Amino acid sequence: MVGQIAQHAMEVHGEAWTIKELFTLPNEYIYWSIQIVMYPLMTGLVAGAFVLSSLYHVFGVDKLKEIARFSLVFSFALLPVAMMPLMLHLQQPFRGINVLMTPHFTSAISAFGIVFLTYASIVATEIWLVYRKYFVQTAQGLMAMKNRGFVDSFRMMIFQALTLGAWDISHEAVEKDHKACKIMAGLGIPVACFLHGYAGFIFGSVKANALWMTPLMPVIFICSAVVSGVALCILTYVVVQEIRKYMAKSKMSRWAKDASAPDAEELEASKHAEVMISSNYLLYFMIAAMTLEILDLIFRGYTQVKSWDILREVIMERDFVKIFVLQYAIGNVLPFIMMILPGRTVRRTTIATVLVLFGVFMMRYNVVIGGQAFSLSFAGFMDYHLPIIPHNFETFKEGLFGALTVAVTPFVLFYFINMFIPAFLKEDSTH
Amino acid sequence: MERREFLKKCIMVVAGASVPLSALRLIDPEKVLAANPDIQWAFLVDTNKCVGCGFCVKACKTENDIPFDAHVSRTWVERYVYTKDDKRYVDSPDAALYGFTESRIDLGRGEFKEIDPDNVGKAFFVPKLCNHCSSPACTQVCPVGATYKTDDGVVLVDRKWCIGCGYCIMACPYAARFFHPVYHVADKCTFCYHRLSKGLDSACVNACPFGARKMGNIHDKNDPITKIIMNERVGVLKDEFGTKPQAFYIGLAQEVR
Repeated sequence: MVGQIAQHAMEVHGEAWTIKELFTLPNEYIYWSIQIVMYPLMTGLVAGAFVLSSLYHVFGVDKLKEIARFSLVFSFALLPVAMMPLMLHLQQPFRGINVLMTPHFTSAISAFGIVFLTYASIVATEIWLVYRKYFVQTAQGLMAMKNRGFVDSFRMMIFQALTLGAWDISHEAVEKDHKACKIMAGLGIPVACFLHGYAGFIFGSVKANALWMTPLMPVIFICSAVVSGVALCILTYVVVQEIRKYMAKSKMSRWAKDASAPDAEELEASKHAEVMISSNYLLYFMIAAMTLEILDLIFRGYTQVKSWDILREVIMERDFVKIFVLQYAIGNVLPFIMMILPGRTVRRTTIATVLVLFGVFMMRYNVVIGGQAFSLSFAGFMDYHLPIIPHNFETFKEGLFGALTVAVTPFVLFYFINMFIPAFLKEDSTH
Repeated sequence: MERREFLKKCIMVVAGASVPLSALRLIDPEKVLAANPDIQWAFLVDTNKCVGCGFCVKACKTENDIPFDAHVSRTWVERYVYTKDDKRYVDSPDAALYGFTESRIDLGRGEFKEIDPDNVGKAFFVPKLCNHCSSPACTQVCPVGATYKTDDGVVLVDRKWCIGCGYCIMACPYAARFFHPVYHVADKCTFCYHRLSKGLDSACVNACPFGARKMGNIHDKNDPITKIIMNERVGVLKDEFGTKPQAFYIGLAQEVR
């Protein structure tokens, strides 16, 4: 057995991207790498997108109607992607289902399946309630169609299935949907916060890690989640509206046959209003997130417990650029100033959202990787080098391309989901 | 007896009896045995005796199928050097698999530091391994229950059930865990459970030529190791985490973390 094993080229998990300096314990590596940075980022986006959509559904911020519907559908597209980085990170991905089969409830991770599935069903239910009238109308329209082609027959089957047999679209029935939808959205907010707060808890409860261990972690995660979710929704919304404007101008697809389709000016006007209001909410949540993060930092510096010496060196020296320049200055302060300066425009806000997203990514990075940048011996450091050119499957999935795969997937999913659950509907088939 | 009278008396009997009856508890013999099992393994390291030969690491890797050329180890030895000008150096090259054959200190990144022997204040070796804590953080965080503590006090990993999330590795304050380079699951010291259960010593205890490593049953008051732990001044590593380590150290310096 020993001889057999010795023949393998021995690279330990983590060795490919960890550079050790001074005294680190022999088994210490950066075990949680870029995919674990992506995990809170993606769950944060899911939760944030949902919260934005709830602002309309629960609190009745009517001006947000269009972006709210868009966020809801986008949140649904992001949902499966929240699980993806975890699967890519597991050493035994085929056993991932064990978390649902034999959950060990003393572990924070064991609740993941339950929380995630609860949240997924809430989002799915809400979408169904919002789009039921549209499903029924489309299915009826397709059923009434003569000489249906293969594609239309297929679409008809899908839409018939999507109605789940609830064909009643009388005024009372739709009103009932509306009420139920409000309840689901109301229920969804705490669950979305729990989904992400709990991701923060996974880190915050690791007592062995001096940087992670703080009860503020879940709250910080929730605030930054909403920030990232709202920012991504604004960004994607603006991009999609630009594409639609272009299509309206050049009379493509829907605009070629449908006279009631919104023209470019209408699109521009609605875009402006929605972006301005959503970015106000973005600002509120940014203030909360930044306050908490700075509070955590000041508290650590002020109390100066045993771990502060090494944390200070990591935060103030080794990771200074990543934390204070990239995360705080470029990712927080700059976009904040851009948005509060008078005469805010959609373009300026859009650029700010890109910076905000970058800032939230850097925050996740600095927490996850920064937390592993120092040795448990407090006498050494570990440097993370993101694998770019993969030389085996592991360096692919836990490298740049693995992370990019995760980042791109929600947009691909959104494209397909949008075919059946269109995020933009002018007609009053939804509410 | 009237019905009303009967019910009244019933209530009185039930209320009166419930107080003394609540003091009685049904005893589950299995639970009693689990609470006081005959065996509870503990480890004793005498740092004064360790010379840093690395035989324990070699024996451990051989016994437990941890490849020699993999840069992880279930047990390792650290070298501490304090200079007279108040500097502290620590290293553990290759987890001390080949012992400390060089006097220069390994600073990582291929850099080394030669220390003037006249400048050395004190220097010593500290062997380390899984502490098999009484309240282990690692078993608490395992999402599938693949790592667990046996009734006789040993923390083990089920290689067939571990999903490889790494949460236990993150949770361990002692960095005793790692991913096995061949099986791709969490791996750690087992106190050589396969040997213990046959009445043998663990591989490292067996290999140590100086008796720096010993194991005993701390539920046996007559066990010589238990006597040392009970009667002498011993310390544990990082007790601030509340994990209640079961590896005890003689001659532990406070700088050892």
